[in-house]
Amino acid sequence: MESFFVRFKNVLVLVAVLLAQTIALAVQVRRPVESGAPDGRNVLLIRYWAAAAVTPFERFFHGAGHNLRGAWSNYIDLRNTRQHNADLQKEIARLRIEQAALAEDAIQGHRLQALLNFQQHYIATTVAAQVIGTSGSDLSRVLSIDKGANDGLKPDMAVITPDGIVGKLRDVFPDTSQVLEINDQTSGAGVLLATTRTRAILRGSTTGHIQITNLTPDARIKPGEKVLTSGGDQIYPHGLPVGTIESVVVDPDHQPYTIIRLQPAANLNQLEEVLIITGTQTGLPPQAKKDLAIGATTAEAQAAAAKQLADQEAAEAAAKSAAQIVADRLPSLQEDTPPAAVPGAATPPKPPGGVVPRPLPTLHPDRYTPGSTPPATALKPGAENNDQNSPAFTTTPPASTETSPAPAPKKTPKSPPPPPETQP
Amino acid sequence: MAIHSYTSRRELEQHSFPPAVTLLVPLAAIILQVLLPRPFPRLALLDLPLLITVFFAVSRRNPVAGTLTGAAIGLLQDALTSQPIGVNGMAKSVIGYIAASIGIQVDVESLTTRLLINFLFCLLNSILLFLINRRLLGLLDFHILWGHELFRAGINTLVALPLFFLLDNTKRRE
Repeated sequence: MESFFVRFKNVLVLVAVLLAQTIALAVQVRRPVESGAPDGRNVLLIRYWAAAAVTPFERFFHGAGHNLRGAWSNYIDLRNTRQHNADLQKEIARLRIEQAALAEDAIQGHRLQALLNFQQHYIATTVAAQVIGTSGSDLSRVLSIDKGANDGLKPDMAVITPDGIVGKLRDVFPDTSQVLEINDQTSGAGVLLATTRTRAILRGSTTGHIQITNLTPDARIKPGEKVLTSGGDQIYPHGLPVGTIESVVVDPDHQPYTIIRLQPAANLNQLEEVLIITGTQTGLPPQAKKDLAIGATTAEAQAAAAKQLADQEAAEAAAKSAAQIVADRLPSLQEDTPPAAVPGAATPPKPPGGVVPRPLPTLHPDRYTPGSTPPATALKPGAENNDQNSPAFTTTPPASTETSPAPAPKKTPKSPPPPPETQP
Repeated sequence: MAIHSYTSRRELEQHSFPPAVTLLVPLAAIILQVLLPRPFPRLALLDLPLLITVFFAVSRRNPVAGTLTGAAIGLLQDALTSQPIGVNGMAKSVIGYIAASIGIQVDVESLTTRLLINFLFCLLNSILLFLINRRLLGLLDFHILWGHELFRAGINTLVALPLFFLLDNTKRRE
């Protein structure tokens, strides 16, 4: 008997180790398997020991990295701060306009909720935490954060970022906690499709994607649609962003259901800081009420300004139309249409005092037509001046039989000299 | 000059490690494993605890030690994940046992052998995890993606070579 154990010692040790772990698995796993269910007391103790062994190192390296990044951002990377500040100011201005636009809808929504006696839960208190580690396995999407039970955290609290939901607290230790991300294969959440208002269940997968698998094909569900939390799971408050539909395909294993794959709203792969929702309330938080009031005031001011502008434009239009009618009825000098500007050509300088209008060309010029008189320098004393001065047409005596030294000129019209374009 | 005489290949190539190395190297591997994917998410492909299990197993050439080392490293890894404790423990126990058994028969110091065993053990680890999750835990949605697993095995093999040469220096000289 002794030789048997000695001979098969290696195999027996392996079998014993595997057997012990199989029994441990059987104890842990309950049927039906609850997604994200908390561990038993003993398992939690083992996880706590493991976390206690690893967490100090995680804190150390996270702190070192944080200080390094802080030194960089505080002392070196300040070159673009002014530009960032200007961009942020523009962003604030844009958000104020958006806030004003949404304030009216929000106030109306609250009024309707009050009429319907609808209990909406709003985020009241949150705790900010920093991500200090991961599970280290791509089959398990778990994050370690630096806040725990001593900071008021409890299992099943929702973890979010300003972009969207991240997951929920799974195991909470005194100073650290583990966050089960929504893309873990054991994770789940109640969601609502924003456009179609269809309720569904969101689940993670082994590949790290988040997907909805309990909906049948619907032509209205298309890629690009926003997905929000429904609030039905009692973990995530209603209306938080979850993600955007990426693709809709038929599930080959579970027909006629579809696999609706989502792009998470929060960047689950590179999380630095998260917020844990520690409390909700039925009314709006004070800060939100204040923001809503500011938005409503801004909206009213915008509406008043818009109305004033519209009135002013209407008055200007009425005055302009009356002036136009009078102008059309009265004769006035019309300026010539200016020639089209040649690209690249230099624009001539405008004369001081503006352009003086010139008269139109005379259709039938006579002796009184302006410009028909030659300049004084061209005048000669004697009778020639009469010929040149008086008529616009040069008249010669009729032809006779007498020989004349010069050929008789024909009666030809004499065009007046061009008028000057501008006068000083 | 002392003259050593060895009676078997096992006695000739069996290595031991200082207790500090035995304790700290697996711990460092697990800490790196949980730290690296945070700034570099793609590094979640690495399985440093598996590589350490294989290294200690083939170096010691003791199946019992290999089994226990694999179990300890795997259980510690499980405790930091959302999976039930024992999934990685069972997989790495089997791998530690097989790696130590192979180490007795084959020269595992050569580069080619190290390439081969690391690649195959990475694939074996994926298969074992698939069987445990699918058969023991009943996770019917758990699929094995062969392309992904082959890529993962290749990456881990590339990392294993310099790591093994580094850890060769920690072997205790008799």
